[in-house]
Amino acid sequence: MKPIEEGIKHLREQAGNYVRKETTFLDSPAFEIAAEGIVEVCRNLNEGPGKFDFLAALTAVDYFPDRPRFKVVYELLNSSQPDLLRLEVLLDESEELDSISAVFPNANWHEREVWDMFGIPFRNHSDLRRILMPQDWVGHPLRKDYPLGYEEVQFSFNFDEIDRRKRYAKE
Amino acid sequence: MGIEQKLGNLGFITTTLEQAVNWARKRSMWPLASGLACCAIEMMSTQCADYDMSRFGMEIMRPSPRQSDLLIVAGRVTRKMAPVLRRLYDQMPDPKYVIAMGDCCSCGGIFNNYAIVPGVDEVMPVDVYIAGCPPRPEALLHGIMTLHDKVMNTKLDRWA
Repeated sequence: MKPIEEGIKHLREQAGNYVRKETTFLDSPAFEIAAEGIVEVCRNLNEGPGKFDFLAALTAVDYFPDRPRFKVVYELLNSSQPDLLRLEVLLDESEELDSISAVFPNANWHEREVWDMFGIPFRNHSDLRRILMPQDWVGHPLRKDYPLGYEEVQFSFNFDEIDRRKRYAKE
Repeated sequence: MGIEQKLGNLGFITTTLEQAVNWARKRSMWPLASGLACCAIEMMSTQCADYDMSRFGMEIMRPSPRQSDLLIVAGRVTRKMAPVLRRLYDQMPDPKYVIAMGDCCSCGGIFNNYAIVPGVDEVMPVDVYIAGCPPRPEALLHGIMTLHDKVMNTKLDRWA
């Protein structure tokens, strides 16, 4: 059996109660995991026969008017085989999630980015603060209800009126 | 300039103090190495062999703002970087000049969102804007020569 199938079998045996749904997309399996079991599942996949030792991605998706609102996506990779496994956790507006930086140390900064951009807090995280935006920024930019933040484009027909309103530094 | 135009080569030149000071200032401007993004690559290639910036007196890019008098803002300025850039500008001694190189620091460029400052002239006063994404080295040199013309035309209003 390929290592990925062994790993999935091990997951279903040991921590199968956390797995809610299994889907496949383009030959790559995806599991929907309950929020409280994510550390257990990651540890299982990391130390089990599948040997998923590399966290390739940790991001989130915002489906704004739908509930549950956020989906946190983990992509695990076995470094010796070209096999990608996806874990998804569905979360609501202010729910917290356990940090997996004990299992995969590179999740530290990925979780900081998810906190910065989406506002999903992680429990047991060593240093949860903003990583991309300035420290005193208010709001979480990649949410769907965050404004785009653009300014009006200055063409030649409205050049003067925008020029009057625009902020220029004086000395 | 001066009487040697009429009397021929007497072994000295005469000029005004203003022109002499401006000539010295334009011919020995030291830029600060403040490349932020892709335009910095073009700035580096302008400094190097083929399009030499040392011909214009900009021999080295000084790493410290205290020792430089030209700030070439090359690249997009994010909201997080803007106070840092302002602090660099404040640390430069007078007379100082700012060139906004490229589209992103002149007007925001192709970006129009929450993260990029639309034009570095919201942060500091700019002398010369150079368009281009990125501007070719010839364009940067043309901008530097435009700055030289501006420096030659400034009046001496302070004795410092």
